[in-house]
Amino acid sequence: MQTPMMLRLSLALLAICLAGDPARAFTAYVSNEKDNTISVVDLQEMKTIKSVPVGQRPRGIALTKDGQKILVCASDDDTIQVIDTGSLQITGELPSGPDPETFALSPSGDLLFISNENDNRVTVIDIADRKVVGEIPTGVEPEGVAVSPDGTTLVNTSETTNMAHFIDIARRKIVANVLVDPRPRFAMYKHDGSEVWVSSELGGTISVIDPASHKIKQKIRFAVQGLRSEAIQPIDIRFTPDDVTAFIALGPANRVAVVDAKTYAVKNYLLVGQRVWHLAFTPDAKYLLTTNGLSNDISVIDVSGPTVIKSIPVGRLPWGVVVSPK
Amino acid sequence: MLASLAATSLLALSGPRSNAETAVIAVGYLRWMERRPAISLLDQQPADDGLAGAQLAADDNNTTGQFLGQSYTLIDKPIRAEDDPVAALRSLGSQHVGLVLTDTPADIVLKLADAGKQSGVTIFNIRAPNDSLREEQCRGNVIHVAPTRSMLADALAQYLVWKKWPRWLLAVGSHPDDALLADAYRRSAKRFGARIVQERTYKDTGGARQTDTGLVQTQQQMPVFTQGAPEYDVLVAVDENEVFAGYLPYRTWDPRPVAGSAGLEPVTWDASSESWGGAQLQNRFVRLFHRRMTGLDMQAWTAMRMIGEAASRANSADPAAIMEYMKGPDFGVAAYKGQKLTLRNWNWQLRQPILLSDGRNTVSISPQPGFLHQVTELDTLGMDRPETTCKLR
Repeated sequence: MQTPMMLRLSLALLAICLAGDPARAFTAYVSNEKDNTISVVDLQEMKTIKSVPVGQRPRGIALTKDGQKILVCASDDDTIQVIDTGSLQITGELPSGPDPETFALSPSGDLLFISNENDNRVTVIDIADRKVVGEIPTGVEPEGVAVSPDGTTLVNTSETTNMAHFIDIARRKIVANVLVDPRPRFAMYKHDGSEVWVSSELGGTISVIDPASHKIKQKIRFAVQGLRSEAIQPIDIRFTPDDVTAFIALGPANRVAVVDAKTYAVKNYLLVGQRVWHLAFTPDAKYLLTTNGLSNDISVIDVSGPTVIKSIPVGRLPWGVVVSPK
Repeated sequence: MLASLAATSLLALSGPRSNAETAVIAVGYLRWMERRPAISLLDQQPADDGLAGAQLAADDNNTTGQFLGQSYTLIDKPIRAEDDPVAALRSLGSQHVGLVLTDTPADIVLKLADAGKQSGVTIFNIRAPNDSLREEQCRGNVIHVAPTRSMLADALAQYLVWKKWPRWLLAVGSHPDDALLADAYRRSAKRFGARIVQERTYKDTGGARQTDTGLVQTQQQMPVFTQGAPEYDVLVAVDENEVFAGYLPYRTWDPRPVAGSAGLEPVTWDASSESWGGAQLQNRFVRLFHRRMTGLDMQAWTAMRMIGEAASRANSADPAAIMEYMKGPDFGVAAYKGQKLTLRNWNWQLRQPILLSDGRNTVSISPQPGFLHQVTELDTLGMDRPETTCKLR
């Protein structure tokens, strides 16, 4: 149980001892869609320490498997920029296809799957060779991409077609299409691969899909007292490493829902900043960060509570976030 | 062996399907060819205004349809004032078209609805804003995608009240349509606590719009037309036929903003709208048609997407099954306006946020914060269920 008071105390102790608490020796990188920057956030100090200029309209952001490089979609420059985490310099680009919004890495870390919103397709990139190795036609406005833990299947959501497309990665072929509620934004596998959860922004629901049968086995709905149902717009989904709890960002509801991932019961709603879209755990899974687009900050959730312990100002219109060990 | 069999059968169920299995959904488009003159060159109506929106949505539907074994065709049927619209509808009927988008004035919508009723045709009204079509003249086989005058007036009124500009000078054109729109503004003023300090009529005396020397005259006329008004905050122009409203900004006697039919206008779409993924739609549209997307394009796009959405949910190409789903409780369509659009089941009017555009940018989107409703805030725009006189037949 970590309270803000205890946290401040431990931070003070850290400063005195100059001994890094490994649990918090992390750095977060936040893509700021409106600023054309990446905010570098020191999670020990709990503050933004640097702002790195990048291409236009940075959105999707990821770390390479070795933690050495940040990949960021510069959507309006039609490219993915590669940033060295040590020097914070842009060291290269990946051929993304037009208007890349978001992407996912294969578990082995060698392939990158990018949704190209304007072209109704997913582009597959070999990261080491910096080459396009596949293009897969999908539905209208492909958005969320998720790779199964075994690396065989890619799930891509299409916002206007309203489907989760299951793609055989080896054959680059769609094997199933699952109709979900309006404007599916994000897909996430459980760590054990047993379920894929897909959020529908305008449907206000999460569809829990069995990846073997491609059937929706459950729909999760949300209700917050005093809020119009239209304001509840689920986006990002994260599972704790044990798959016991899911955290779901609810967009303009300004809340993160805490869901029992076994019973699908919504246990709690955590008030964060405005228009919360994307989420990322620290590598030790003790903290969850949220990007709050309209309040220009990130919230830090202590997962053990779970409670919101801090908000940290970043750039304008923060979109995505990743965390690396320092 | 078993595994490969399973893989084969999965493939058969997914991915693009062969033609033999594809069900065709044919949608008609009755295109009104009478074009009204515009005050600004920039506002001249493109020849494919509306139709282009429907074509883009048909493309979008077809991308989705390939996964479901559905394909969409759009049949364009241009009509002029002297043509018989019912004959045009019949010729669509002979091509097995059960769903028809109409870009026509209200009286023709009504004729088409009644003619289509016997043959089970559903009309999607994408242009006529007449409240009467949703009220005393409502029909069970007409889906209204275009907003009503009362929705548009309420959308602007909420913003003006929120802005604390409650005193309006109402400048009304002399066409019958203008009288209806003026009624809508009077109702909105009363509803949201604004006050019309005075009404003035601008008579349409005919003639060309802007001409080589017309500018000089306009500069004299507009200040005089607005001279000597009681204290007011904003001039609300009511001019559906583009006779004078476009001349008002910067020419009023008192320095006041202009809203309504010029200045800050309530619209269903604006080429500047990029929120909620709107930039993607704008990109797709410009790429295909090499021009910007208009409100009528958006209304046509939305109508066609409503058909696609209902067809994919109902998993059917049968017009009756599509309409049953669309009229059911689960129907909603996403249209880049931040929330699902749904149908009012008492008159089949599409609920929708209304954009307020200054012609360059989207200034605001109504409903405005603080205008509350027990069902949905979208029902603060236009005639609500308790007020309706519609009895669906």
